[in-house]
Amino acid sequence: MRRQSANSGVETPPPFAVIYNPKVRSALYQFALVLALLWLAYHFAVNATANLGARNIASGLGFFSNTAGFGVNLSLIPYDETDSYGRAFLVGLLNTLLVSGMGIVLATLLGFAIGIGRLSSNWLVARIAGSYVELIRNLPLLFQILFWYLAVLSTLPGPRQSLSLLGAIFINNRGLVVPTFRQTEGFGYVVAALSLGALATIALGLWARRMRDRTGRGIPILGKGAALIVGLPLAIFVAAGLPAEVELPRIVGFNFVGGTRVIPEFVALLIALTTYTASFIAEIVRAGILAVPRGQTEAGLALGLRRGQLLRLVLLPQALRVIVPPLTNQYLNLTKNSSLAVAIGYPDLFAVFAGTTLNQTGQAIEIIAITMAVYLSLSLATSILMNWYNSRIGLIDR
Amino acid sequence: MTTASISGFVRGEMIAAAPPPRLHASLLRQIRERLFNSLGNATLTVLGVLLLGSLAWPLMKFVLLDAVWRGAERTDCLPETVGHEVGACWPFIAAKFDQLMYGFYPADQRWRVNLVYGLGALLGAPLLVPRVPYKTLNATLFFGIFPIVAGLLLVGGLFGLMEVETRLWGGLLVTLVISFTGIVGSLPLGVLLALGRRSDLPVVRSASVVFIEFWRGVPLITVLFFATYMLPLFLPGNWKIDGLLRVLIGVILFSAAYLAEVVRAGLQAIPRGQFEGAMALGLGYWRMMSLIILPQALRLVIPGLVNSFIALFKDTTLVLIVAIFDLLGQLRASFSDPNWATPVTLFTGFAFTGLIYFVVSFAMSRYALYTEQRLNAR
Repeated sequence: MRRQSANSGVETPPPFAVIYNPKVRSALYQFALVLALLWLAYHFAVNATANLGARNIASGLGFFSNTAGFGVNLSLIPYDETDSYGRAFLVGLLNTLLVSGMGIVLATLLGFAIGIGRLSSNWLVARIAGSYVELIRNLPLLFQILFWYLAVLSTLPGPRQSLSLLGAIFINNRGLVVPTFRQTEGFGYVVAALSLGALATIALGLWARRMRDRTGRGIPILGKGAALIVGLPLAIFVAAGLPAEVELPRIVGFNFVGGTRVIPEFVALLIALTTYTASFIAEIVRAGILAVPRGQTEAGLALGLRRGQLLRLVLLPQALRVIVPPLTNQYLNLTKNSSLAVAIGYPDLFAVFAGTTLNQTGQAIEIIAITMAVYLSLSLATSILMNWYNSRIGLIDR
Repeated sequence: MTTASISGFVRGEMIAAAPPPRLHASLLRQIRERLFNSLGNATLTVLGVLLLGSLAWPLMKFVLLDAVWRGAERTDCLPETVGHEVGACWPFIAAKFDQLMYGFYPADQRWRVNLVYGLGALLGAPLLVPRVPYKTLNATLFFGIFPIVAGLLLVGGLFGLMEVETRLWGGLLVTLVISFTGIVGSLPLGVLLALGRRSDLPVVRSASVVFIEFWRGVPLITVLFFATYMLPLFLPGNWKIDGLLRVLIGVILFSAAYLAEVVRAGLQAIPRGQFEGAMALGLGYWRMMSLIILPQALRLVIPGLVNSFIALFKDTTLVLIVAIFDLLGQLRASFSDPNWATPVTLFTGFAFTGLIYFVVSFAMSRYALYTEQRLNAR
């Protein structure tokens, strides 16, 4: 039959069942998947309603305006027990952002230092940095958090025997006590001078680069920049009659008077998050620098650049393209890992909301869904921001 | 040629040539050149030596020199009894060893746990050595049969074995069970998700992307809370799920999303020609994937899989937050025993468990490195 149609010159495809049509098939598969997902969602909904009904839990977000009735030991905004769950949620969110923000900055600094240290020409420095990375990376983060909190911070001496740094910063088993800084009238001038100095330094830097490009002679701007950024505000500060006061903590009786106390939970969490993430960042930085072809290093050295200049002017700008995407991942990881705060009682979003609030209200579905949504939006926002940055610094292929 | 067309700086005169580098150097010279070749480097070296001295020596003193090796109670680890500064209190670990390893698994049934460990080692070890033959059979036994046998042995209740409830399990046993089940359970799901993400069917692709990005965007601890508190609400009221099983479901969903990305990297590394060749041979989608693509892709991602396993092994510690006593949870529980309350108990406990976590993770990361180099060498 087939041969006949071919002989007659008309291309008739062989007859086949509709099921073998790729289009029909793919539509069928997708329809089945949608059906299965809908079935699952329907059953979840039915079961959830039945279960909640059996336990007398009212669903909905009404609990947000109820009185929370619990205190938290660290809050960036005024909060007490009579405030609502909604405000407690905000307190937790701000605490999460506080510890993640500080953790990201410190981990980046430490991570870059250790990553560069691993490639140092100094044998000892390279070995120490390498051991740090191997040790910290291979221990669970929660182990490290508990170690700092239970073993290190809580076995420190009490307030009266605090370990002190220059008589201004004290650390003891109740946390860290740092001097309080208060600005008084006229401090605005100092801030203005600082911004002016910074702007002038940037302008100076741009001018110095133009001059270097034109004449080949570099103009050292380090001293001038320092004078502008530090010296100018300092001069204004003195001229304005020292418009700030620093309150040093003092021991009176059994505890400290003055100064600001940082709770040990925060200190332990910040140390653990910083050191843990830094070990991963160090590996990323090292891989990024190694990804720059060796010829770039040799060319830089042949041009007479010193090691520091080579790193700053040739290697890091090229390495950043490789470094940024995985670095973003580490920032996200650090933010997500900050939820481990619940293990030691630092009042972050998770501890306050999914911990205490969930216990008190029993509204598991709403609370866990909201908590997940917050972390998810933090993740998505960071990745969008970093993708944008990445597309800006990325190599433009021709 | 005009100089005006060159905007940058061009050097006019040459600098004097530098002396050629030395090919061989004595030890002393090497030390000088590698550690003290400049003022900055010398400072770094001195600081490094100071740092090592202030960390390594006390650690050694604590773990070995000042440690107490024999004893039966806390008073044996007090400075008053010992007569000098006390380092690690190893009798504490000896007293708690069984708990740290097995939790409250009945003592007369612990042979079952040991048997599972033995079986696992027997089947797992040859899998790690590339030269041993029968990899397919071995992998089927290890990933397919072994989990069932191990589950039967550990839970019991059949063939005359006494049933041991999972709430009695603890310590290293739980850590290993969660990380092993997590990886074995999530691998098939992860492969499906990876295939889904690269599928041509828009609905399948978007469902996979949403699933993967969702679980990767939330912290593991929220997943564990989801599994512990939210999942039971979604299931019919008469279903009772075991606490450990709930956690396992959460861990599997979470790690499947990460594995999917690892496997996807492998799929992307397979040249288009392989897909086209399979299609030209007339293979359908599933046969193309299972016979041609996946065997190659999975081999490529072994290092990534091992790294995921390390991450999972470390992440199992989080289950202590939902009141399941893994190694770290068991350690924390043992700290509250007043019979062993000494100033050094905490440090001793952390030193011991830290060593376990470190040895396992470090060994696996070296193995991942080895497989990676083996793949690169091809």
